[in-house]
Amino acid sequence: MKVSLFITCLSDAIYPRVGQAMARLLHHYGIELHFPEVQTCCGQPAFNSGYWDTARESARTIIDAFEDSDFVIAPSGSCVSMIHHHYETLFVDEPIYLKKAKDLIAKSYEFTQFLVKVLGITDLGAHFPHKVTYHPSCHGTRLLGVKDEPYQLLEKVEGLEFVPLPYAEDCCGFGGTFAVKLSDISGAMVTEKAEHVLETQAEVLVGLDMGCLMNIGGRLQHAGKPIRVMHLAELLYEGVSKQS
Amino acid sequence: MSGFNPTSTLEERARVALNDEFLRNAVKYTTEKLRTNKKSATDELGNWEDWRDRGRMIRLHTIAHLDYYLSLFVENVRKAGGYVHFAKDTKEAVDITMKIMEAKKAKSVVKSKSMVSEEVHINHALEENDIEVVETDLGEYIIQLAGETPSHIIIPAIHKNKQQVADLFSAEAGETLPPVTKTLAGFARSKLREKFLEADIGMTGCNFAIAESGSMVLFSNEGNARMVSTVPKTQITFMGMERIIPSFEDLEVMASLLPRAATGQKLTVYMSAINGPKRSEDSDGPEEMHIIILDNGRSQQLGDPEFQEVLNCIRCGACLNACPVYRHVGGHTYGWVYSGPIGAVLTPVLNLDNREQWGEVANASTLCGACHEACPVKIPLHDMLVYIRRRNVEEGIVKKAEQLGMKGFQIVASNHRLFRSVLRFGKVAQLPLVKNGMISSKLGPLKAWNSFRHAPALAPQSFRDSWSELDQELKQTKNELPADIKQRMEEIVAKRGKQR
Repeated sequence: MKVSLFITCLSDAIYPRVGQAMARLLHHYGIELHFPEVQTCCGQPAFNSGYWDTARESARTIIDAFEDSDFVIAPSGSCVSMIHHHYETLFVDEPIYLKKAKDLIAKSYEFTQFLVKVLGITDLGAHFPHKVTYHPSCHGTRLLGVKDEPYQLLEKVEGLEFVPLPYAEDCCGFGGTFAVKLSDISGAMVTEKAEHVLETQAEVLVGLDMGCLMNIGGRLQHAGKPIRVMHLAELLYEGVSKQS
Repeated sequence: MSGFNPTSTLEERARVALNDEFLRNAVKYTTEKLRTNKKSATDELGNWEDWRDRGRMIRLHTIAHLDYYLSLFVENVRKAGGYVHFAKDTKEAVDITMKIMEAKKAKSVVKSKSMVSEEVHINHALEENDIEVVETDLGEYIIQLAGETPSHIIIPAIHKNKQQVADLFSAEAGETLPPVTKTLAGFARSKLREKFLEADIGMTGCNFAIAESGSMVLFSNEGNARMVSTVPKTQITFMGMERIIPSFEDLEVMASLLPRAATGQKLTVYMSAINGPKRSEDSDGPEEMHIIILDNGRSQQLGDPEFQEVLNCIRCGACLNACPVYRHVGGHTYGWVYSGPIGAVLTPVLNLDNREQWGEVANASTLCGACHEACPVKIPLHDMLVYIRRRNVEEGIVKKAEQLGMKGFQIVASNHRLFRSVLRFGKVAQLPLVKNGMISSKLGPLKAWNSFRHAPALAPQSFRDSWSELDQELKQTKNELPADIKQRMEEIVAKRGKQR
């Protein structure tokens, strides 16, 4: 059985520690992992901006990378929802790639979805004695339907004090190229989101998508607020490794 | 006219809104209240998802057979003694209206809320012809006095606070009125009462048009729509050609969906179904009734797999209240008549001849999907926004810098070797800008991001460059995959029917 890592361009280039934490956690359960290096980016920045030809070439690298995988795991609900919701559209005129796209859709999972829904694991035996809040990313929750999984995982972390984020389901204002194209609106949105995070008085903000976390975290840093921003995989890995 | 300024860009309009603290607070306060009300009203009803599915089915079916149901509606209106006019665009709609005005020698018009009449800018045309027109919906009355356009589909004056309303009403009253709801509403009530009684024409919109009976149905909360449609001798109703539902049975579903999605009300305060003009046995009603059915770009969506569903919209405004972009910038940022996510779709789609100007409105979204989730008939607005963006790209109405950037992205992202080289080059090239793992410079393209945030630096070693080492390390310890998990995974693979 071949389980492959779809690391996502953002984690690859900027946050390799997220992919590494995910890989180490999965390895801990005896899962043998592959990283097909022909993968680049799911193509979402181009797709959402309307450049579908560009997105298609980028998406092709993802389809090629995982052609012979049985499970594909990514630390991002957004990138996985890109595959699930738009790859068929992108390859509608290419029967061979359309077939491959459908195969990929059937076998690709967001990290917590894979842990909880496939592996059936919610308790990793992690210990993380901190006050934590969670931002549910829009694409992961609304488009991919990953809603309960992160809460189930957080609930089982020993010592963790969970504080709900006010207006948690409101978008942080990232939206890929939106943040640059309409930067004033995006700035207003992330400012509000960061204020809500601060209201919780949490020490740690956790999430499932580095795009959103880069946005909120960047805002918190800009405002000089020392809140730690982590992917849930990082939190869990830290909680597990400090145990042993 | 403020609020309708086609010479400005989306970005400029957004900046105006973002600098208006009053507007932002007022919009945020009201949308928040509406969202909360909606949640409790839909929870209380129960099975909200089933209701949405039913609503969607009704709208899908009707729009798929619009030719049939529209003909049936028209036939039934005529049978009841009403006049029906078709207008292919705003100019025709105005011309038809002015002809009726002329025939009736009309000097004054009272209106109840109608977004289609906003779409054809009928007030402007009437005023140019020296016909007095008075909006009688409280919110519309406020913005009419302010010389503005609606900034919300159902709450046109959402961007105004109490003090601003008091100032507007005081100017109209010629005396200072306190910012007290009761006093202000009382003033509007007595002022509008005079207008109802002296008007030659009553002008309404139409929430739903029922094909089986030729009835047009109005939802209102203030009762003004009833006054408008019963007191004046002549009634003119504007409706978009897609406003049809087949039967009264379908109205029951719509009457459950619309007020709950819009304001969180279980039922609208007044729901009137009007069948033609006054009959001999009726105690009130107009002697003459005209229905103007507007196309204005709608029929072009029929048969288009990407946009036909936009005609399913029932104009409840739930997507506006749910939209994080709308909540920060209000309705005028969208520049045209309809605002929020539905406006960001309708504006470019209905203004096909003016795509250059309106195409960019589709950018006013993070594609978070809150609109789709809020929509009582499940219109995939977030997908439609992407389709419009794609058409913008195909038609070349995008910025040169963006085109270049995407070209660069295509070259790098379609080749993993190049991708790796760029990451390796980038981590060195960025060094002069990096401090504590962050980039705070506002040089060139960094300005947009870094005005509000710090940017992360590229990692000293990318994941792909770290993989072989990590892989080796992991291979040192051999963990056993628990048997039950292994079995489950194998079952999943087998279920997919994959032959290996």
